[in-house]
Amino acid sequence: MSFTRRKKTLALTAGAAIFALTIAGCSSGDDEETTSSSTAETSEDGGSGEPVTLTLATFNTPGYQDSETPDEGDYQYDLIQEYMDLNPNVTITYDRKAESGDARENFFTKLGPGGLADVEMIEVDWMPEVMQYSDLLEDLTSDETADRWLESKTADATDADGRLIGAGTDVGPEAVCYRSSLFEEAGLPSDPEGVAELLDGDWANFFEVGQEYSDATGKGFFDSAAGIWQGMVNQLDPAYEDADSGDIIALDNADVKAAYDQLTAATPDQSAHYTQWSDDWYAGMSNGDYATMLCPPWMLGVISGNAPDTTDWNIANVFPNGGGNWGGSWLTVPSSGANVEEAKKLALWLTAPEQQAKAFANAGTYPSQPAAYEDPAVADATNEFFNDAPIGTLFADRAAAVAPSAFKGEYYFQINTSITDALNRVEGGTDDAATSWDKAASEIQGLG
Amino acid sequence: MATTEVEPRPAQYTWRDRLGRWDVKASPYLYIAPFFIVFGLTGLFPIIYTAVISFMDWDSIRNTGEFLGWDNFQYVLNDRQFWIALRNTFSIFLLSSVPQVIIATFIAAMLDHNLRARTFWRMGVLVPYVMMPVAVALIFSQLFGDTYGLINHWLGYIGIGPIAWHIDVIPSHIAIASMVNFRWIGYNALILLAAMQAIPRELYEAAAIDGAGKARRFFSVTLPQIRPTAIFVIITSTIGGLQIFDEPRMFDTTGTGGPDKQWLTITMYMYNTGWGQLNFGRAAAIAWLLFLIILAFGLLNFWLTRRLISSDTSGSK
Repeated sequence: MSFTRRKKTLALTAGAAIFALTIAGCSSGDDEETTSSSTAETSEDGGSGEPVTLTLATFNTPGYQDSETPDEGDYQYDLIQEYMDLNPNVTITYDRKAESGDARENFFTKLGPGGLADVEMIEVDWMPEVMQYSDLLEDLTSDETADRWLESKTADATDADGRLIGAGTDVGPEAVCYRSSLFEEAGLPSDPEGVAELLDGDWANFFEVGQEYSDATGKGFFDSAAGIWQGMVNQLDPAYEDADSGDIIALDNADVKAAYDQLTAATPDQSAHYTQWSDDWYAGMSNGDYATMLCPPWMLGVISGNAPDTTDWNIANVFPNGGGNWGGSWLTVPSSGANVEEAKKLALWLTAPEQQAKAFANAGTYPSQPAAYEDPAVADATNEFFNDAPIGTLFADRAAAVAPSAFKGEYYFQINTSITDALNRVEGGTDDAATSWDKAASEIQGLG
Repeated sequence: MATTEVEPRPAQYTWRDRLGRWDVKASPYLYIAPFFIVFGLTGLFPIIYTAVISFMDWDSIRNTGEFLGWDNFQYVLNDRQFWIALRNTFSIFLLSSVPQVIIATFIAAMLDHNLRARTFWRMGVLVPYVMMPVAVALIFSQLFGDTYGLINHWLGYIGIGPIAWHIDVIPSHIAIASMVNFRWIGYNALILLAAMQAIPRELYEAAAIDGAGKARRFFSVTLPQIRPTAIFVIITSTIGGLQIFDEPRMFDTTGTGGPDKQWLTITMYMYNTGWGQLNFGRAAAIAWLLFLIILAFGLLNFWLTRRLISSDTSGSK
């Protein structure tokens, strides 16, 4: 009796152990198992005229087709259909992922073995990683598109050999969003021009105004330290890594530490101490816990969507210490595709100023092509929620102010994550600025 | 003679008998073979492959690697984050699995009674299990907001200051454990209930005649009788608990376990290393360490549960 019972339970444990083994193995072994399934191998080599099927993979809402949104009729234009009408031999399969993270995982899983779409969208956040494999992507350089994009946009997508691996779609030039009634309460200028003038200057000036605001109201001036850091660190050149050797210099670069010190000195009073994208952060948009936020064009929808009842959000045409960019994407053409030439044509057509202006009209993705800023669809654009701010012209100014970003190498994100974590620790109060920096420093030393 | 009499007998039966015996002995293996073949392909191969990669600086995109020896393991074992992740995993595991199994047993015992609308209640406990973990995490993240969360709001009424769910270590673990428990209690309760239903009612009657009260019947009849199922539930919840991923990952929006890694678990650490940093060699080393930990812990747990419940049985007999 007890023997059979033991046997039974033993078998059970063995089974459970095998189960554990499988799961432990699988969770890291996923990458080998994924096979190519979505390749468009249906058609012959893409000579023009012959029927070709192209797959286009994007994420979020690039503004290409109405299928990106749950409701019908949100978009004015259907760019996918337009291209197919212009090129009757081409059939496009549009595959959109909900989030950039999903797309990133898919991209890096299939970049090596093959199986990517003919045209793949990539985001600025993973560009440093993509750059390490730039030889697996097509060079999109062409004479007609030489000056199509903002200088910074082209620079960020050009690899060490001078190959352009991405055709820029949108950019995220940052301005300062603020709440006029809160500024008024604190005795500060509250009209966009006045605020722009007030904040025109370097970060020291920004923090001075912030201190004045926080002293007057006892509330946070900006939303989170990490958001401000994003703006500050992107202006540093060099930042974390040496452009020539690729070595990590974050800890030796006095600028990085100085920016960290400057920010952590300001945060105790001036930050609302929220983590970006947390529920409290969203709530703070309408609760008045903070008065400003660094905002790229796509942030406008986030604010209006989460604080629909506030009426005093506005945008000032200014950014501390020059310009800043947050977000933006490129279209790439993986060399493993079956119809590389046709795919290039599609990528370059979609990123032409005319099309990108339509995408902006559809989904508010701000073009990276200066010519598009002249297009009435962009130039005359205003935002009702932000008290009719002239966003079309305003962000054109902000885009012009953005300098090409400093070299970002293999370790950029790990270093940046360590420092952002450090800032969040200071915000949450788990560490003071000095010990938090030491923790980050030891993490960064462990890299490489 | 004895020898000549015995010898023809096996010859008589031989081939039918042998075939029959062979059938009895071998066919079970044949029937379970497909599982093990599939397992070999989808389970064993990745495990071995993972082991190989764990000794290399692996570039999954170019499918090339450089042999490193024990470097990856050395790095992981020297990494502060690994030990924090280990601490968090065990802490969340204890905070979830222990109450989970106890409450599930209790609920199962309640459902084992003659309730009105039995099926309704029984299905009711399973509803949380049907919900997507991501949806559960979304709801709970609203509840556990640091400033504007509902729970801190309620706690305010009874005079307890706001708890920093996303900053302090233990509160964050409690919040995550509550998500896990919400999801799994009902599921485990149903499995235990099934075991309880299989207990012969005569045992309860006999115990009742012997003068055993409700509590005594539960501890001396129910618990010993559901032992194999309880062990199964405990082992699966151990494995699940040590591999906890969805809930802590969804606990904040960055999914990296908090600024001070307050709720980073081993699987998240592995994921962040593999997919976040694209360092698959190191992630493979973590996967192997996790496997060894689970194996050791599963065996320990098995041994403990056996001792605990069987000593109960022998005591009552």
